[in-house]
Amino acid sequence: MSDPAITPQLVQKHNLTPEEYEKLKGILGREPSYTELGIFSVMWSEHCSYKNSRPLLKTFPTRSSKILVGAGEENAGIIDIGGGLAIAFKIESHNHPSAVEPFQGAATGVGGIIRDIFTMGARPICSMDSLRFGPITPLPHEASTLTPERRQAMANNRRLFSGVVAGIAHYGNCFGIPTVGGEVYFDRSYEGNPLVNAFCLGVLRHEQIARGRASGVGNPVFYVGPATGRDGLAGAAFASQDLTDESAEQQRGAVQVGDPFMEKLVCEACLELLATGAVAGIQDMGAAGLTCSTCETASRAGTGIEIELDKVPQRAPNMTSYEIMLSESQERMLIIVKKGREEEVKRIFDKWDLPWAEIGQVTDTGRMVVRHGGKVVADIPARKLADESPIYQRESREPAYIAEVRKFTLAGVPEMTDPVGALKHLLAWPTIASKNWVYRQYDHMVRDGTALAPGSDATVLRIKEDALPVLSAELAASGAGKFEGERYIALAVDCNAAYVYLDPYEGSKIAVAEAARNLACTGATPLGVTDNLNFGNPLKPDIFWQLKESVRGLGEACRAFNAPVTGGNVSLYNQSPDGPIDPTPTVAMVGAIEKPEHITAQWFHTEGDAILLLGEPVDSKDPLLGLGGSAYLHVMHGLKTGTPPRCDLEIEKELHLALRALICSGSIKSAHDCSEGGLAAAIAESCISRQEARETPRPIGATIDLSGLEARRLDALLFGESQARVVISTARNDAVKVLERAKLLGVPAMRLGTVGGADLIIKSAGAEYKWPIMDLYKAWWNAIPDAMRD
Amino acid sequence: MNFAVLQFPGSNCDQDVVHVLKNVLGHSARLLWHKENSLGDADAVIVPGGFSYGDYLRTGAIARFSPVMAAVTEFAAKGGLVLGICNGFQILCEAGLLPGALIRNRSLQFRCENVYLKTLTRNSPFTRSVPEDKLIRIPVAHGEGCYFADAATISGLKANSQILWQYVNAEGQATEMANPNGSIENIAGVCNRARNVAGLMPHPERASESILGGVDGRLIFQSILEK
Amino acid sequence: MKAKIVILPKKAVLDPQGKTVQGALKHMGFEGIGSVHVGKYLEIELENGDPEKARQVIDQACHKILSNPVIEDYRFVIE
Repeated sequence: MSDPAITPQLVQKHNLTPEEYEKLKGILGREPSYTELGIFSVMWSEHCSYKNSRPLLKTFPTRSSKILVGAGEENAGIIDIGGGLAIAFKIESHNHPSAVEPFQGAATGVGGIIRDIFTMGARPICSMDSLRFGPITPLPHEASTLTPERRQAMANNRRLFSGVVAGIAHYGNCFGIPTVGGEVYFDRSYEGNPLVNAFCLGVLRHEQIARGRASGVGNPVFYVGPATGRDGLAGAAFASQDLTDESAEQQRGAVQVGDPFMEKLVCEACLELLATGAVAGIQDMGAAGLTCSTCETASRAGTGIEIELDKVPQRAPNMTSYEIMLSESQERMLIIVKKGREEEVKRIFDKWDLPWAEIGQVTDTGRMVVRHGGKVVADIPARKLADESPIYQRESREPAYIAEVRKFTLAGVPEMTDPVGALKHLLAWPTIASKNWVYRQYDHMVRDGTALAPGSDATVLRIKEDALPVLSAELAASGAGKFEGERYIALAVDCNAAYVYLDPYEGSKIAVAEAARNLACTGATPLGVTDNLNFGNPLKPDIFWQLKESVRGLGEACRAFNAPVTGGNVSLYNQSPDGPIDPTPTVAMVGAIEKPEHITAQWFHTEGDAILLLGEPVDSKDPLLGLGGSAYLHVMHGLKTGTPPRCDLEIEKELHLALRALICSGSIKSAHDCSEGGLAAAIAESCISRQEARETPRPIGATIDLSGLEARRLDALLFGESQARVVISTARNDAVKVLERAKLLGVPAMRLGTVGGADLIIKSAGAEYKWPIMDLYKAWWNAIPDAMRD
Repeated sequence: MNFAVLQFPGSNCDQDVVHVLKNVLGHSARLLWHKENSLGDADAVIVPGGFSYGDYLRTGAIARFSPVMAAVTEFAAKGGLVLGICNGFQILCEAGLLPGALIRNRSLQFRCENVYLKTLTRNSPFTRSVPEDKLIRIPVAHGEGCYFADAATISGLKANSQILWQYVNAEGQATEMANPNGSIENIAGVCNRARNVAGLMPHPERASESILGGVDGRLIFQSILEK
Repeated sequence: MKAKIVILPKKAVLDPQGKTVQGALKHMGFEGIGSVHVGKYLEIELENGDPEKARQVIDQACHKILSNPVIEDYRFVIE
């Protein structure tokens, strides 16, 4: 079978523009082979090269005193956490494959990010996921007028949601990593284009950091893991196109199938191999498989690499060079072994019953040379391929809808007549409702490290000795593997994409601020951020404007919180025939907690405890009083408009510092920040989110008095989403002390009420609203299980 | 006491069990690779949770044929103490060291949550330290934890007090709501006739430190340690 | 030669998958659907030889590892 001739149509099918093709020829000094065309096509796709976003990404803050491996250097960033220990973490998307085959798309997304962590030499110890789908239930006012098309669309959204969660559960649970947190949002803009952003974090000692470098001329190159098949052919290129029915149908063969059992074995074997010191470089075969791993490792080391495809284990018959180089079969690793140490690979991989093959060697030519059947099928300068993709500065233009958004006022929004009903509807809205349907399918406890499980603002892990990767003989002998005590880290992932849609700059600042606020609520100080930028088609100036403004906001906020970006992912072209998704810059933030006593959850504890608010109750400078882009406007009025709440980074910082100080002083019994659903939702959630065991909730009521506050509008007071506010509870006798301390720390604070009783009671301006606490609990806890039962 | 904690390809909770035995309870515990033929000087064997062999074919179906299981069978025949946790329970049932089998959760979904267990008898090396009438709160995390045995076997288990733990609610009732997986009679764990081999689906090693939310799991390990 | 093996849950064993599939079929409007049982189908390639010997080998394999006699029944053909 001979390769097809290279025609302009073939070049276009490979998503290369005529200009890019000319650049390609310039690099080679000739026409490419078919295999070379495929190689350039994947390496220069958006997913691998970030060609449309690189200039923007360079504006992120990426340094701090704790950064050991920074953004862009390797497969994941690494941050020091003290005591000679470090954490490696990253977030990555698998959006398009999940739209086509939700279970395997999500599963392989988890598998991919886990590999990015252990390829750095870290032991993966936890996972989180940020998921977005179209709505799974109608809004209150839509319920009675649902068309068959909407019904069908929602059924499809439920199918995708169910498949994605099952896929994540399948992979994470079998691999043995706790999936400890995440977020799930439901919005029309994700219908047709769900988002699956998978995060993973691992632990290692500084000495154990492994590099993705093809170091040492003459070193043998090994392939480890299952045989290569035709999975995911050109998946990276697929991810870089708009998702249409046609592209979905053609790509049905492109979805890879993951094997978490295999990945666990590969992970253990790689960590064992790394401990022997026999590894010069290691990289996982992820997007663009063999292609990406070979040229990137060579490029990083400034060396060349030569491989022979006949030596690559194959599980499909008659695979062509093109197919072998571009296959995205899962759970494979590329390992550059120090010459003379080949026996270690054989010994360890045979112990774990894993396939391995010596497939090539490191050269000094700087070129990536691929042979098949005795012929050279690709010969490309590695660095030009890996690092010198075309870079574009796209046109940016503020979209027309922004002017409309800015014009919106509350004048047209009728005053709320039924606050009791509104709170119930908000708590039952799947985006706000309890996500227990999701996380009870995840083993969130394996590895004995989950100190604060899913269901609170952030997750807290404790890191102990067995979180470390296998120690080398030297490290073990030196006693470096002995822990003095434990380490505690907190994790949060956030993005209110409605805000970002309405104001990309402000909304993105809020995504970071909210993550930092969630960490502060558990007593944690931010260490670093990994971001997943999910946007539409960057060739459209409207969308590029969103991306540019978002990056501007993210960067400013990360700087303010001294939380550098350690790496991340860009997923563009999230656009279906119905239009683009809301711009969604998912922010995953990791923080450190000093002592286990500081770990704080979001639920009220004891009858009689005082409930306080830290922060201004309403942003009085905001003409929309915090209702712009709010869940309340969306759920109760069907509106997604209005300038979102403002984010004042200085005020947020002061709030977080004060909150941490109060937590450290031991006076805080619970802390929960105000976000979707505003103050009333935050208070309600603090009342109802405590769980002791299966079917054993421990809700508790509260009496809240807001009559001292100026209530221009009741809906804004209860449900406005002004930023920089945290609802805390303290022991009855500590309330006054805490209020005074907050004042000293420069943060507004007021008493809201008292914990206790079987109802939530909110008093305001002459009226009193009452909700039996079990009613609120049931609406919130059962919303998603009920929706998914049908 | 010296513990051997088996390690199969795909075991995930092995290090958790070792951690609790060594660091929390202060006893000697080591990992024993599935290809080993001898248990060494182990006084007790723990078969931990996870997804041995990826749960392929059936959970525990392939692990039971590992070389180390011959040594475990011999050890058990001589009265040695063996405790299977979650996947370990599944492996012991497949190996015929415990009666019955574990099948897919009735909900068809994986379930990870805390449950209450009632200890039905103190007459066993795995339950003797659990205080009378105390309900213990321990997490489950499994997709295939529904215990099944035919009617004759269940009668036999009851007659011989071989049902060690039952899923109950916070009030101690073995209701359907309290049952996370559909197990017959809410059975969470059983022992063999000789009472030296036991298995349970919940994970006591995840409820042995207060930072993780509870310490009731220690009572099971302490039962084994009590002489 | 090929062995084609069907493994099904014993009638007495709860089959929630089967029940769910039965419900789904009825929901979708398929008529006349009775009970549904979900099991496994295995194909094992065998070296050419004595079919009777092959039958014994497969029977033993089914009994010993491929099925769990506590909860499953099996049947097979050799072609």
